[in-house]
Amino acid sequence: MIAGLDIGSRSIELVTLIDGEVAAAKKLPTTFDPVSQCFKLLDGLRPASLVGTGYGRNLIQRLGLDCECSTITEIKAHALGAAHLFPEARTVLDIGGQDTKAMSLAGGRVLKFEMNDRCAAGTGKFLEYTAGVFQIPVEEFGPYAMKGENPPEISSICTVFAETEATSLMARGEKPEAIALGLHRAIVKRTANMLRRVGLNFPLVFTGGVANNPCVLDLLAKSIGGEIGRDILVPDNPDHMGALGAALHRHHDDTANAR
Amino acid sequence: MPENTHHEMWEKLNMDLEAHDGLLEVLGKFYGDIYLSQENRLKGAEYLDFVLSEVHGLRIKELQDAKAEGRKVIGSFCVFVPEEISLAAGAIHVGLCAGAEAGSELAEQLVPRNTCALIKSFIGFKMAKLCPYIESSDMIVGETTCDGKKKAYEAFNEIAPTYVMEVPQTKSGAARDLWKSEVIRYMKAVEELTGVTITAEKLKEGIRILNDRRRALQRLTRLRAASPAPISGRDALLVNQISFYDDPIRFTAKINELCDELEARIEKGDGVAPKDTPRLLLSGCPMAVPNWKLPYVVESSGAVIVGEESCIGTRNSRDLVDESGETLEEMIDAIADRYMLIDCACFTPNQERLENIASLAKDVKADGVIHYSLLFCQPYSHESLKVDKRLQAEGIPMLSIETDYSMEDVEQLKTRIEAFVETLA
Repeated sequence: MIAGLDIGSRSIELVTLIDGEVAAAKKLPTTFDPVSQCFKLLDGLRPASLVGTGYGRNLIQRLGLDCECSTITEIKAHALGAAHLFPEARTVLDIGGQDTKAMSLAGGRVLKFEMNDRCAAGTGKFLEYTAGVFQIPVEEFGPYAMKGENPPEISSICTVFAETEATSLMARGEKPEAIALGLHRAIVKRTANMLRRVGLNFPLVFTGGVANNPCVLDLLAKSIGGEIGRDILVPDNPDHMGALGAALHRHHDDTANAR
Repeated sequence: MPENTHHEMWEKLNMDLEAHDGLLEVLGKFYGDIYLSQENRLKGAEYLDFVLSEVHGLRIKELQDAKAEGRKVIGSFCVFVPEEISLAAGAIHVGLCAGAEAGSELAEQLVPRNTCALIKSFIGFKMAKLCPYIESSDMIVGETTCDGKKKAYEAFNEIAPTYVMEVPQTKSGAARDLWKSEVIRYMKAVEELTGVTITAEKLKEGIRILNDRRRALQRLTRLRAASPAPISGRDALLVNQISFYDDPIRFTAKINELCDELEARIEKGDGVAPKDTPRLLLSGCPMAVPNWKLPYVVESSGAVIVGEESCIGTRNSRDLVDESGETLEEMIDAIADRYMLIDCACFTPNQERLENIASLAKDVKADGVIHYSLLFCQPYSHESLKVDKRLQAEGIPMLSIETDYSMEDVEQLKTRIEAFVETLA
């Protein structure tokens, strides 16, 4: 059994493979004790190899497991996962808890990538933070925003300033759904620019937790001019793609050695 | 790092002893983590370790002893300042502190907050009384290589005696004439400072000493083309950094010894990293001591750095001054011509830098290039886009990094650099 563990800022995902097929996929919030969360996810499992990815990838060396442990970056992991499920993929977009990444692929390999700078502008954290202003759980924020019409322009993508801007728009009497839609548009505008910088080609695979947000997906399709399901592909569990890619990395090595 | 042996000297230099002790402690720990932890290091690295451990100690004592004999100390921040002229007047020419965050908050009293880390650092070092080189300098020579620096020297002149050279921004004939007149003006300023008349004989000697230093550094650059890489990028960067501080004759001899060792290593096929380790060229902004963040992150991410296209790197050593001149006039022309070859991002257009990066990347057999710009450094940030385009045409992958001296982005840098290295493997 091979296990892939994606230790992100917001959540930790585990995917296990047996003979190259997904055997299990689990997820827990990261919390302030990610090591304990990793143990909970691995409970009862004895993988032969464990591959860590994500922001906390090096934590796997601290778990003290007796299996073989290695790491890859989340950029490579998401690319591997996306190319596995959609071999025709040319671009991958991953919006996670605190980072946004865009990658162009050729034959399943990363050609070029972009990643946001040190701040969390336009990431899952941005959505979570601004959803808090509306007192809505982040999972419901997308559907809520989709009810909005004539969204006001949100000029700041800085998480803290965007909150200030949303608050003053509310004070001006703008409808909250419209403001929420404006916030989603701000994210998509930034993301589309990043995609263009790496050289956007379809099909694009959208991964990471934010791919679960229907409003971001819808606005993205409108912004970059692709059709969802044909040009823009979302895996069934977009947040598990990092862990899947990590496990696949080891699986590919094994199959290459077996030949 | 030295104990209290130099406190008296530092006190005479009016430095902030307590803050300086704190800086040395941090620097010592940083050096231990980044340098002393390396495996399979060269014997010649003992010289680097010693010079660095005494960079604020014995070397400053040498400067003070020279001053006691009536010699002058000239400090500068840029490879444009013609050191040949300083040497010809018997002065000691040193690079000044500019590679750490120390005092950066103080600097914001004199320069805007969104100024690059290098400028904030040199102003901060002075304001916080942390740089014994600045305090030892009889003259500090600035230059107009970017808007940030040129305005910063106006402010800096209020707290330290600053002489500014006007570096032109094109490579036209008129620009070259301007630069030559600036070289002559500098020579007169140095003569006035030192009371020494620069003769053809003395200038010839200055040119030879510095060309020898450049030849030693060129030799090091050539040896780094070997695979496996015979020296770590961190150590090679340190060699380049120390070239700005140490006595040039001693430095040249020591680096030639180091190169002898490297040749023997290459002969045996030994290296600091396995043969299949991805090889990277660093390109862009200068990295003053102790700005080792990026090289450390790169070499902890499974890659080895095989060259530095930077002012603390090949831009400082690539071109020699023509040594055939006999008269003062001929030598000044040769100096002016040599410095006009510097492909600083301040020039417009600056096509030659693109050519130089592409050919250096091939010469050192780099698999990829990391372009390094300091945050708010407009010239290099602009050029990173052009360099990327040029390298793409050559089929050489490039990663663009924009950062400063703080540690807050280390984890994100690691992710980017590891991912870049993964794409090369």
